[in-house]
Amino acid sequence: MANQMLQVRNAGCERDGRQLFEDLSFSLATGELLQIVGGNGSGKSTLLRVLLGLYTDCQGDINWSVDEAPLYLGHRLGIKQSLTVIENLRWFGVLREAPVSQDRIDEAVYKLGLTGFEDSLCAHLSEGQRKRVALGQFLIMDNPCWVMDEPFSAIDADGLSFLMAILQEHLDVNGAIIISTHQPITIDRPINTLALQ
Amino acid sequence: MNLFIASVQRDLLVHFRHPSEVLNPLVFFIVVISLFPLGIGPEPGQLKEIAPGIVWVAALLATLMSMDSMFRSDFEDGSLEQVVLSEQSTFIFVLAKVVSHWLLSGLPLVLLMPLAALLLFLDEAGTWALTLSLLLVSPTLSLLGGIGAALTVGLPRGGLLVTILVMPLYVPVLVLATAMVQAAEAGSDTIGYVYWLLAILFGSVCLAPIATAAAVNVATDQ
Repeated sequence: MANQMLQVRNAGCERDGRQLFEDLSFSLATGELLQIVGGNGSGKSTLLRVLLGLYTDCQGDINWSVDEAPLYLGHRLGIKQSLTVIENLRWFGVLREAPVSQDRIDEAVYKLGLTGFEDSLCAHLSEGQRKRVALGQFLIMDNPCWVMDEPFSAIDADGLSFLMAILQEHLDVNGAIIISTHQPITIDRPINTLALQ
Repeated sequence: MNLFIASVQRDLLVHFRHPSEVLNPLVFFIVVISLFPLGIGPEPGQLKEIAPGIVWVAALLATLMSMDSMFRSDFEDGSLEQVVLSEQSTFIFVLAKVVSHWLLSGLPLVLLMPLAALLLFLDEAGTWALTLSLLLVSPTLSLLGGIGAALTVGLPRGGLLVTILVMPLYVPVLVLATAMVQAAEAGSDTIGYVYWLLAILFGSVCLAPIATAAAVNVATDQ
């Protein structure tokens, strides 16, 4: 039984005198993936921020029916350069008040392909590796809803297939995902697409 | 509470790994103070008279130097929006930032006070009053400065603006603190000043983080 997680009615947003989108209505239920597509500057990132309540200069109703705030991967990764991989992952846990066990973190580090980098400062990692650290927040916690802004950029082919696997896994346990990307998503599930002009 | 402790630990760790941001204002403070005897002449009587003013102005400027960075790196790397998103109290997070700012900029200044007093020929009573006044006032400086830092965090080069925004708020504590040191040097009672500074401190603890948290929410709303 799919439960409604997010209901959006007549959402619209104007930025710098330009209408990014208007009268958008859609919904998201458990086990669903919503892909937001659109050209550069079409308002994909703004839409995600509007949905999360991080950008409030907009119209329309946005109703979440979830217990925990969605996890969010934005353009700014939320990673501290002068903290290690482990310290950054722990901080994500602290923010969400999620008890994160050492086993869970070890497992995430292994899955993310960051074994051997656990105690490296994030300043010394590559762009793609930092993205992987930020993606770690999705692995160490059990929030039902994920919001990801361009999660595939700077990620290599191995990482890509790993990411597809965790998306699939999350949908299989009745999670929901909103994702903005140009990359085709290759998972064994129906994908809802929302195109911005 | 968890967030508070973890946040303070995180800030201390970050600054421990990159101490230049903490050390620069302290070096600046000592350099400014040591320049006065050179510029005015090493006349103990004269230096002693203007010492409270010099030390206080130098301490204010040193605090302002570190103010701009209170939220900047968290804003730029996205940590700040993650905090806003997490549904945890922004008030607690902001309070933690202020506490770690005080531990890293206010407390070291307090510890440097006896050295500053020595450079300016202050007597024992004056030194104690100076140290006590800075101990009482430096948390207020961090609390009030946090408002300016959060308001300007979204602006590229907000450093000067922080100074302009926060300076007027610093004037009352500056006046009271220098008056307290002068009173102590003249041998009169300073308890009245202590009460005043404490009152301002408690007022700031209650009110400033509310304003700072609101400013943080505005800064991330983009």
